[in-house]
Parts: sequence; C-alpha cells; structure tokens
Amino acid sequence: MVENVKELLKAHEGLKREVYLDIENSSIVPKEVIDAMLPYYYKRAYGNPTLTHKPGWEAFETIMESKQKIAKFLGCKTLEEVNFTPGETEANNLALMGTAFAMKDKGKKIVISEIEPISVLHVTEMLQKYGFNTTKIPVDSEGFTNLEKLSEAVDKETILVSLSAVNSEIGTVQPVKEALNIVKDKNSETLFHSDASDTYGKTAFNLQDLTVDLATVSSYKILGPRGIGALYVKEGVNVEKILEGQIGTQKLWPGVENTPLIVGFAKASELAFRNFEKNVNCMLRLRDKLIDGIIESISDVRLNGPKGDKRAPDNVNISFLRCEGEALTIELSLNGVYVSSGSACTRRILQPSHVLVAIGRKYDEAHGSILMKVTRYHTDEDINYVLEVIPNAVKRIRGITGSTGVE
Amino acid sequence: MSRIPLPYNPKVLDLFRNPKNLGKMEDATVIAVAGNPLCGDMITFYLKISNQDVIEKASFESYGCAANIATSSIVTEMIKGMKLEDAWKISWKSVTEAVGGLPSIKFHCGILAVGALKRAIRKYYKNKDVSPEWLEEELSFEEKQALEEEELAKMISKRLKTEEEK
Repeated sequence: MVENVKELLKAHEGLKREVYLDIENSSIVPKEVIDAMLPYYYKRAYGNPTLTHKPGWEAFETIMESKQKIAKFLGCKTLEEVNFTPGETEANNLALMGTAFAMKDKGKKIVISEIEPISVLHVTEMLQKYGFNTTKIPVDSEGFTNLEKLSEAVDKETILVSLSAVNSEIGTVQPVKEALNIVKDKNSETLFHSDASDTYGKTAFNLQDLTVDLATVSSYKILGPRGIGALYVKEGVNVEKILEGQIGTQKLWPGVENTPLIVGFAKASELAFRNFEKNVNCMLRLRDKLIDGIIESISDVRLNGPKGDKRAPDNVNISFLRCEGEALTIELSLNGVYVSSGSACTRRILQPSHVLVAIGRKYDEAHGSILMKVTRYHTDEDINYVLEVIPNAVKRIRGITGSTGVE
Repeated sequence: MSRIPLPYNPKVLDLFRNPKNLGKMEDATVIAVAGNPLCGDMITFYLKISNQDVIEKASFESYGCAANIATSSIVTEMIKGMKLEDAWKISWKSVTEAVGGLPSIKFHCGILAVGALKRAIRKYYKNKDVSPEWLEEELSFEEKQALEEEELAKMISKRLKTEEEK
C-alpha cells in the first residue's frame, strides 16, 4: 500500500508550482511558529507543569503566559476560562457531552443547526443513546440558520444550543449574536456553545461582545500546529469533564500539558492578530479573485454559501457540475493544486457533505464540490496559477464524463 | 471505520491520466449504462459488435472517481476482439486484478463496470431477439449490484423530493 503511495508521489515530480488550499483539513505551519515552539522541546520548560522542579515551574510559567495571550485575543475575563484540548474535535466533544452530563437533571434537549460540524453532530447522535434528544434547525440556501425556527425550538427543557459562528465548509457567517439573544430570551438557563474555529483570527470575534457560554477554537485553523485547540468556558458555567486521568493544571482536561504546542498556538494567534485588518483584507481579495476567476472562466459552476461580507474571508466552495469530486482532486493534485472535495466514498455510494445537502444542493452537485481556503501567505501568483490549472482540470474530467448522466 | 488516502496503484493512475477507448461511439451496435450520478458513479459503454457476435470496438464514458474511470477503461481493453460468450465470463474480480488491485472501498467500481458490460451483452441479444444457451436468464452478480445501486439512487432522490415538499 505504501509502495503505491510512493508511486503516486513520484507522479507529482517536476511540478512548476504547488499551491496548498486545503486549510480545512490541515495547514502549513509558518516557520515563525515552529521557531517559537522548538526551544520548549529541549531547551527549557520541558517539564510537567504540575511538578516542583525548575523545568516544571518553567512549563507552568510558559503555559500561563501563552494562555494569557490567547485569553486576551478571545476577550476572556479569567485565565481559567481557557481549557486546552487536543483540538476542535475534542473541544466540541467536551462542550456537548460536558454540559449534557452537568445539566442532565434540568432537561434533555439539545438544539443545533443542520450544518454543525461532525464533531458536534455525531456527539448529539451519541447522546441520544443516553436519553438526550436533539432538534436540528434548518438553514436557508446560503446556510443561514432559521432564527424563527430556533426561537420555536428553545423551551424550558433545552439545556444547550450549539451554533457555529462560521460554517467551516461554506463560510456562512451566522447571526450568532441575534441567535444568542433569542435563546436567552426564551430560556435564560439554556447554555449557548459556538464552534468559533473558523472565526477566531479571521473575523471580528470577541467574547466581551459575543457573550456565549462556551466557544471552541482550534490552532491549525489559524496556521498553528495541529493537536491543540481550546474550549472557552465562561466563569460560573458548570461543565463536567469527559475524560479521567492524572489531573494537570486544568480542571476539564486531564493529562500532561503539551507546552510546545500551546506556545505554537499562542504564536499563531499573535501572527493572525498582528496586522489583523491587513491579513483579512489580503484573504478577502484573494478569495474573491479565486471565486470570480472560476465563475468567469468555467460554465456550470455553483458557489456554495453566501457572497460578500457574510462569507468568511478565506472560504471558497464551488460545485462543478458533471465533474466528480475525487477525480477532480486527483487531477488538480497532479498539477500541484491541493484541495478537498465535499463528498467522501465511505461506502458503496458516495456520501455528500451534510452541509451541502442542508442548503439544498442535489447529490450530484455536492459530489462535484471543491473546498479551498486562502491564507495571508498566498500570493497573487498562487491564485493566478490555480486559475490556470482548474479550468483545464475541469475540462479533462468533464471530457471523461461526456454525456454520462446528462438527462 | 477509518479513512485512508486511497493508495491507487500506478496502473490505475495511468488509466486515469490516459484512459484508453474514451468517448462516445457514433456507430455503436449497443449502448448500456450502469450506476447513477447521485451515487457518485455512472458508466456508459458503447460496443460495436459484428454479425459473428464478436466485439469489434468498445469505448466508454464515465462519471466517477479514478477507480471508476480505470476499471471502465480496462474493460473496454479486455473485451476488444472477444466473442460475446467469452466477454460474458469476465468477472469483477478479473477486472480488479487487471488494474493491479483496488482499495476494498472501490471494489464496487469494478463491479459496476462489469455490470454495464453484461447489460450491454444482454441488450444486444434482446434487440436481436435471440437467446443463446449460455446467457442465463437470472441476472449476474454484477448486474444485480448495479441494479441495487440504482435503486438506492431512486430512494435518495425520492427522499430529497419529499424533503423539498416539506
């Protein structure tokens, strides 16, 4: 199997340019971040932060200082509100399960939107086995949550509402503030969680302004290292831990803190927020250049998600009709453009993304969808290259499709 | 369940990059399709068959992944010059072998390709109103699987329609 992969890699030799746009699934970590992390593996603060020796105290100091930076960017009141986890998946699991366990005597109802990430969606399905029930709020054709339906759904049984601030697949910037007011008006005891992984470092987002009870952030989504994220838990909100083990400096997540990753997360946050407006404007410009360029040069394409201000500055998601997604990702890869498709072959039939289905895309439209995210490190030359490669790739794959499946 | 990065072998990659016998055939004797775009794969086969029941030419078009394209292409290669009776004996396993193996999650691509081929053969004899002894009335494994996939697609589109009406 590895032999085959080696051959696949060999097929990529001699590329004149490579552009990585699959930030949704993993990111390139800038050298500045790696440089900041390295000393903490071998030079200093390599100890366990709970122990009484110099490397341990150094680790404690380092973690607290990193936490302070992230807490400031998030707008937290206290450092205890930031709970490091190994990533977005774990933070969402902690948010959902942790509040369900803590609130189980107050009610059993959880309300989410139809387009929440898998790490929210699947946890609610799992919780059904333990007597909790979930109401999914529909979204419109651009992915905006139906606030009337949300208002109807929240009742005195509702313990938690989870609504992402930005949808990671189609970039919809949700009206979280309005949603929060609606939820608290209906039931002031209902907790509100928001997965902010695609908001933090990319759009104006501050917990002083958006007073949710819980929020998830992720390091790699802002070009930090993988394997680290955090769950914000507002002071006074009761969440139960979901893993057992040796307790470290954090109440909600056991195990030895990973100091270098925490330093990397803090550094990535600093870089995202340093020249924040400039960074966002760069992403916005490249995003629109990519979207407009594709729409102008290729027929039968559909932009998934909204246009303009209500779309995340980095998100491009386009369906190419009569073009199967996996074939297209391979063709693009062979030309040095790395993207992902919205459908995954998990069984005999291709499973379309639940987000694209929820916004009303037909299965064959979803199967031809490609997700790309731009960063402040991408250049105009990168996007020009992508705009040169995509039309040819789509043309070749459509050439194989021919008239198959065309009614 | 886990996800692996679909380690396609060099043969599959080559057929994906340079598919043999690609495209519509204007003078085809018989055309057969299998699969449905809703399920993510669909194949059209075009066969030119002689009066002696020999496949003179075969070509394909395919909406699907790299494995779907590669298996369709290899089937058209395998059957060229073959008598229909021999082509009928081709199984999805031999097709999978011919492309150098497939990740198990992609076995259904080879099955669908053979399903389309067997449908074409059946259709040819039906058009001629002839039923050779070797052609069993009962659907072959591959034809059944193709049918099952299409039924799934019908269910999906029915479900989507009801949701739209809601």
